Amino acid sequence: MKYLHLVWSTLFRRKTRTIFTIVSVIAAFLLFGLLDSVRGAFANAGHNVAGANRLITMSKQSLVVALPTSLLMRIQAVPGVKTVTYANWFGGYYQDPKNQLVTEAVSNNYFDLFPEFGLSAAELRAFHSTRTGAIAGASLAERFHWKVGDKIPIQATIFPQKGGSNTWTLDLVGIYHVADPNLKAEEGALFFNWDYFDQAAQFGGGTAGWYIDRVAQPKDADRVAHAIDALSANSDHETKTQSEDAFTAAFVSQFADIGLIVGSIMGAVFFTLILLTGNTMAQAVRERIPELAILKTIGFSNRSVLSLVLAESVLLLAIGGAVGLAISGIAVSGIRAKLGPQIPMLPVGGAAWLRAVALMIAIGLVVGALPARRGMQLRIVDALSGR
Amino acid sequence: MKSFGWSLVTLLVAALAVALLAVLPWWSAAIVAALLVAWLLATRAGRQALSVTQVGISTMPQRLGAASVVVVGIAGVVGVLVALLAMAQGFQATLQETGNDDTAIVLRSGSQTEINSAMDHDTTVAISNEPQVMRDAQGRPIASPELVVVASLPKKSSGLDANVEVRGLGQGAWALRTNVRLLAGRRFTPGLRELIVGKRAMSEFEHTELGSKIDLGGQPWTVVGEFDSADEHDSELWGDGDAIASAYRRGEGRNSVTVRLKDPHLLDAFKAALASDPRFKVDASTTRDYYSRQSELLTRTIRILGTTVAVIMAIGALFGALNTMYAAVATRTREIATLRAMGFRGGPVVVSVLIETLLLALAGGIIGAAIAWAIFDHYTASTLGANFSQVVFEFRVSPTLLVNGLKWALAIGLVGGLFPALRAARLPVTDGLREL
Repeated sequence: MKYLHLVWSTLFRRKTRTIFTIVSVIAAFLLFGLLDSVRGAFANAGHNVAGANRLITMSKQSLVVALPTSLLMRIQAVPGVKTVTYANWFGGYYQDPKNQLVTEAVSNNYFDLFPEFGLSAAELRAFHSTRTGAIAGASLAERFHWKVGDKIPIQATIFPQKGGSNTWTLDLVGIYHVADPNLKAEEGALFFNWDYFDQAAQFGGGTAGWYIDRVAQPKDADRVAHAIDALSANSDHETKTQSEDAFTAAFVSQFADIGLIVGSIMGAVFFTLILLTGNTMAQAVRERIPELAILKTIGFSNRSVLSLVLAESVLLLAIGGAVGLAISGIAVSGIRAKLGPQIPMLPVGGAAWLRAVALMIAIGLVVGALPARRGMQLRIVDALSGR
Repeated sequence: MKSFGWSLVTLLVAALAVALLAVLPWWSAAIVAALLVAWLLATRAGRQALSVTQVGISTMPQRLGAASVVVVGIAGVVGVLVALLAMAQGFQATLQETGNDDTAIVLRSGSQTEINSAMDHDTTVAISNEPQVMRDAQGRPIASPELVVVASLPKKSSGLDANVEVRGLGQGAWALRTNVRLLAGRRFTPGLRELIVGKRAMSEFEHTELGSKIDLGGQPWTVVGEFDSADEHDSELWGDGDAIASAYRRGEGRNSVTVRLKDPHLLDAFKAALASDPRFKVDASTTRDYYSRQSELLTRTIRILGTTVAVIMAIGALFGALNTMYAAVATRTREIATLRAMGFRGGPVVVSVLIETLLLALAGGIIGAAIAWAIFDHYTASTLGANFSQVVFEFRVSPTLLVNGLKWALAIGLVGGLFPALRAARLPVTDGLREL
């Protein structure tokens, strides 16, 4: 630590060069922050502690194929199942087809399985007692400036009402919040009563899109899932039951291989970065050979010269990396504030910083290694005489 | 103060040059290059610049590390840019080529996609019998009421279940889609549980080989053919509409009707005829419109993403190039000062440093574009499309994309070279000669 001043002043010996290099490092880590936030959003989807005891039962054929509601009582009777609820996909949009919604018609005990939504007893009562009642996620409500008590006209894209109208007017009776910042995207949904859907829809009523089952013990999940699927084996509505995690992971993987795309870009970025900072460090050490020789003359050991050079390159990466990641943090929160939490980007949090710091140190050591070895091995006499 | 003014002017010149590069077509760059070569060979100053450049290039092997920073940095920018834009272009082209102006698709009013649409038998019959719809030699309308359902099949790449679109065709489907070719096997037989599989679906999903059985609606279906339509339909499984409807208990209900119009200009009349019929509420659009709309969102997202990533990488590469070229100028200070003392003017020095940077940038651009082309041209990817099922598409690295990539490379080279070049030219000769 006592050499920090020395490392700092050698680093900024050639101001322009160091600053240019730092700008390149900033760009690389800014990109790292942004891409890592996107990758994290896809990788994290569904990793929800509260969801550990939830299973999703859908048609074996595909999520789009509905199941009979008669399954409810039979799933309820499976040993190990605590509560069962069901939901139907509704979709639709608000005002403009660009504002596509995540809307589901849910049975009245749906929110019992989602305690993390933090709905009050009063809100739940209002939801049960209002036929056209609806509950929206906080960020969705914020996006369209909805307040509890508002009437919200939703345009159906799949289900017209009996009589042919595409407009479903819902009464907002509650707003839910998701505390975990990594799961804020779940605040983007709108739920309304399945009973209303069942009675008012021209078609599609009388069925359940999927069931959500809460198991008493998460360790029983596999056994319970098999037991549920056995109920409908060889019928015309065979089911597939899986954990919430597995369900979401399978769904997300259908969009694209995000990991591969992000990985390839980051590979290209950091390969370039290593070359670039490596070149800067090599130049810096080459220029300073006589100085390093003097350090050795006045008693610095080989090892301390080695660590001085390594410290310099790690410091170079750390300054640029910290600035770049800080900028990416600001940028990500700006983008999320502007476009809403449904954008697949996680806030740049502790885990991202940890990964970034590890990268800074690793790259710093890699690019510093060759110049540092050169500094360590130089012979004082040769170096001082400029040979 | 004076140097700040100089930097500002340089910056403006650089910005102007980059803007010109972005706007002008590629051949104007070729004209500029030709003029430059003529100047280099014909005039005295040009020949001076040429000889300074030759010295600069001949010393390149001694600063291979520094030069490679420029080349690799720019190659990275161009490679990533070209690859991401090729993805957007491939997806857009696949969807856009699916549609044309002669055929129209009719969906229930309010539905943006087929899977969200539904209509009953009477509606599909009425739509098919509109007078604007072309008829075949037997007098039957060239129209296909179609059913779209989604099945789950494991993907070959990941083994995970993914959604695959199953399309139940009506009687007129073959006359509608004349571009469809059978690659193997035969067409499905109406009424039987037989499927033909698009060539991309076949390469993407398990259990889709000729003769294999696929479970649809709880019943085994046999794959009897493989087809190629060179568009989005290649990601689908096709079967007889009535047979699929009975497997999924859809009765006579269908999702959409696609018709061939007697003339593309009749679309408005067709729409008006549909709108005036009180029995149903439906909307018609040309299939070109319909499929173009579906590609918009994803294409735009990828383009924004690709450009953002490339801009940030370009900033990194630019400062790398600046560093390298400043260092190159610094190591040649004495040489440049000597040339100036001998009577070389500043112009040739500026030009030579610029040419050197642009050559490095061009090399980087070509390497990056070549790598992107080699890896990603015809690279197959898939994503979840509008019908909630996988759309398989190929990346397309078009010549326009490659030229755009090279433009980015030259722009970075131009800005990265201009500042060091001017520094070299403005170096006081006496200081330069004294430099150790």
